[in-house]
Amino acid sequence: MATEGQQHPIKIYFLIWLLLFVFSFFSYLVDYLDLQGNLRWFLIVVFMLLKAGFIVAIFMHMKWERFALIFGILLPPLALVVLMFLMAIESNYAWSSRVQYMGEDPAPKPKPPPHMDHGEHGEDKDH
Amino acid sequence: MTDTTLSSQESIFTSTAKDWSSDMTTFKGVPWGKAMMWIFLLSDTFIFTCFLVGYMVMRMTVTEPWPVASEVFALTVWGVSVPLLLIAIMTFILITSSGTMAMAVNMGYQRRKWAVFWLMVATAALGASFVGMQCFEWPKLILEGVRPWYNPMGAPQFGSIFFMVTGFHGLHVSVGVAYLLIVAIRVVRGKYDHTNFEIVEITGLYWHFVDLFVVRTEA
Repeated sequence: MATEGQQHPIKIYFLIWLLLFVFSFFSYLVDYLDLQGNLRWFLIVVFMLLKAGFIVAIFMHMKWERFALIFGILLPPLALVVLMFLMAIESNYAWSSRVQYMGEDPAPKPKPPPHMDHGEHGEDKDH
Repeated sequence: MTDTTLSSQESIFTSTAKDWSSDMTTFKGVPWGKAMMWIFLLSDTFIFTCFLVGYMVMRMTVTEPWPVASEVFALTVWGVSVPLLLIAIMTFILITSSGTMAMAVNMGYQRRKWAVFWLMVATAALGASFVGMQCFEWPKLILEGVRPWYNPMGAPQFGSIFFMVTGFHGLHVSVGVAYLLIVAIRVVRGKYDHTNFEIVEITGLYWHFVDLFVVRTEA
């Protein structure tokens, strides 16, 4: 029973610990290699979910809990997934109307941060 | 019906308290503290995710240039600018602290109090150094002119969402550090000797949760 406490071999914790470092390394690599577009967001989300899944399942012992608890905790966040989809549709619409009717630039060029700025954007600073 | 006779004899406060505390267990075999911590974490998940959905909406609708994260968070090490180094170090620190916390929980169930104490103190120290790095990151951005309402690199929304989400997360880490230290001291003082040390696991739940969100916040 769970009242006895969650006791598991230490080996599995070290394994997951190592896995987390591996996943972090890969998501850092996504940024380092400067992948762009859908692939970038897809990979970031995949590594994020893998890490979150292992932390919840093993470190937080969710894997060994009774189903009543798993169900009660992991089901409600599905509402958040729905919210995310709705908001994505809505922002797509807001963005396209800004571009279409307000004449905004659909692909603005990012400005470098001040510490990497070598003068060409100097006039933008207001001190 | 016995129920109606009960409620007619007692005040509504007594009957309500009895109803809510009657012996009906949903989460069988789970200490109440643990169930409550899970429910708190669930509500916190909603708050964090709403912030992140807000970030997504800003990111998708903004028509001003968004700063390039790998340039903003680059550190210059021995004259070479390494992109995102700061975030990489912060992620490393928090994952390490998650590992030490998991070990502390394990030691707790083996009733090795001093091992629990030192592992929890190590976790708290790692958490504190994480907050310390934030204290380094914030003034850096502020000196570059980033404000909650203004951002010299383009979209002002970057400033507002960055300070709000990292601030909220930093607050969680700071509270977590205090919580860890309090529980660690109480464990050593023997306040939990009569229990199964599930308090260590409950603290651990909070800590892993905070750790979970760093991944998302810094992306």
